[in-house]
Amino acid sequence: MNMADVMLIEDIRMHYQVRTGIFKTIPLRAVDGVTLAVPPGQTLGLVGESGSGKTSLGKLTLRLMEPTAGHLYFKGKEITHVPEGRLKWFRREAQMIFQDPFASLDPFMTVDQIVEEPLIIHRIQGRESKVHRALEAVRLTPVEEFINKYPHMLSGGQRQRVAIARTLILNPSYIVADEPVSMIDASSRVSVLQILSRLQKEYNLAFIYITHDVATARYFSDRLAVMYLGKIVEMAAADELISTPLHPYTAALIAAVPDPDPTNRLTKRRVIPGEPPSPINPPPGCRFHPRCPYAAKICRDEEPPLREVEPGRYAACHFSEKLQDDLLTLAHGHVDASSGRSAQPPTGASPKP
Amino acid sequence: MSDVSLYYETLRGPVQAVDSVNLEVPKGEAVGVVGESGCGKTSTSICIMRLLPDNIHTFTGRILFDGRELMDMTDSEIRSQIRWREVSMVFQGAMNSLNPVIRVGEQIVEPLRVLDKVQKDEARERGVARMRQTGLPAEAYRMYPHELSGGMKQRVIIAMALIMSPKLVILDEPTSALDVSVQAQIMNLLKDLKREEDLSMLFISHDIALTSDLCDRFAVMYAGRVVETGEAEQVLQDPQHPYTEKLLASVPRLRSDVTPEFIPGAPPDLVNPPPGCRFHPRCPYVMDICSKREPEMFPTGDGQYAHCWLRGDEHG
Repeated sequence: MNMADVMLIEDIRMHYQVRTGIFKTIPLRAVDGVTLAVPPGQTLGLVGESGSGKTSLGKLTLRLMEPTAGHLYFKGKEITHVPEGRLKWFRREAQMIFQDPFASLDPFMTVDQIVEEPLIIHRIQGRESKVHRALEAVRLTPVEEFINKYPHMLSGGQRQRVAIARTLILNPSYIVADEPVSMIDASSRVSVLQILSRLQKEYNLAFIYITHDVATARYFSDRLAVMYLGKIVEMAAADELISTPLHPYTAALIAAVPDPDPTNRLTKRRVIPGEPPSPINPPPGCRFHPRCPYAAKICRDEEPPLREVEPGRYAACHFSEKLQDDLLTLAHGHVDASSGRSAQPPTGASPKP
Repeated sequence: MSDVSLYYETLRGPVQAVDSVNLEVPKGEAVGVVGESGCGKTSTSICIMRLLPDNIHTFTGRILFDGRELMDMTDSEIRSQIRWREVSMVFQGAMNSLNPVIRVGEQIVEPLRVLDKVQKDEARERGVARMRQTGLPAEAYRMYPHELSGGMKQRVIIAMALIMSPKLVILDEPTSALDVSVQAQIMNLLKDLKREEDLSMLFISHDIALTSDLCDRFAVMYAGRVVETGEAEQVLQDPQHPYTEKLLASVPRLRSDVTPEFIPGAPPDLVNPPPGCRFHPRCPYVMDICSKREPEMFPTGDGQYAHCWLRGDEHG
């Protein structure tokens, strides 16, 4: 990690106070010591289930919340506790795309007004041509056809593109995209991700892509970080992390997601038991140990640090090296060496020809 | 279902939510209805359950269930003889509509108590048995919804759907609010139930990959119409309708390196759908005839049909 990174996150923590009585509060550790770097022009995918702290982390990096501890550096400058009045430059550089394009656009504003608003707030001239360029960049063309429409006249995919145009208009260098396609139809999901990819290349944008969907994360991200109960449990290049996971939780997440395949129905999916526990009172030792099929005594006693298991590959598991083969089987079934494509293990029932 | 249409009355005119739909669910099989939002998947299922809203413009066709014509039955006959007893449904997001002040066990057995006037003790016995079957501990019978996790609430909903031992269960996006690891647990449960109970299932989802985890047959819907039906192998490996082909190509894969593509354009407005084939404005193989005449469901293989002029001509 070096100062060339657009966003550098150092041991950041976000503890909420949850009231349990009139005078009693207990901490909820939504983000509990995360260190990450986002280089320019790259996408870091943040994958996890609900309550894993991925959205909290994304918002922390935009200073939408004050971290409990830790440091944030944006292009080498510390922004952690800088007062809002001196953050205006950062507000232009860093933007967010929200999950729900139905809720994030004002229904009483036209596309033109929505996209133009940041320019008014930041007192930037030449608004008309900038709005045009932004709408062209997100392929809402011909621009004249869309510019006077209201959000309800647009499809989900088109709405999300308006939201993207709004984030682009200030020429940012860093964007947090929180589940940007989870509410969009399958057939347009890829088009929104493709637009983001193209804009990333054109403007050298750094992204944090927050999602629960490992399949789109693999497609859109350069690196992936898997979160579980406020901590990163595994981080690596996207393809490596998916094809050969080094943490049991990553393997279980992958195993849970089917590809369209008629043989799926003939076997049962390998699942981990239980549900993510509450981050209010996380289990001692490794936070995943109560659900982990490979848990041993050390996992209950000692919290494994995130360590470099292989060059460029980080995992927070005591047994990453030992479990490599098991995790591969858990995630993908038997891997056919010749094609590299995985297949489900035979169960007696064979698919029809 | 044969030739079932359901149009809703709106200020802008009738919305053709379901248009001439033919659908068959064989005994003991799971049929997946897949398509994008607004394509008529849920509307199709409420036709079977006769859970229609007030603003109905047209509701026609034939729905044959186990030899009986549902369209000829009155609302009260459907309520007393069909709904929940023969056909039950797991609604999208149902786990969030459990009554927060009633114990979940009592909610599970409510259909038994109301429809069959079953005594409390017997109802509890049957309720606990269904809960065990869906992976819930017997203690959960006396719990309130807020004491249960999301996955457990969804199991409660499934136990409720099974309580009258129906022959057909309609599952409308049954895992959409769940985390992926819990989603996989629920899909495994559905596989077990299908086998143990010889249940027929109608599985409604926008997620074609998830549907392949359970379903033997597929019905792909687009803009209120079924555009392709067939065995899972046929539809997933050799799709015959361009929409199915493009929909499959739009799914990002975890286990292969095929780059996903998108389908240009957006689904049409169902108040004023395009003439002919409703997919023709987005179709890469569009021909002259596609915008002029509506295709039939042409047979393309053993049990596979596609609603596309590429697969047949005027003479069939």
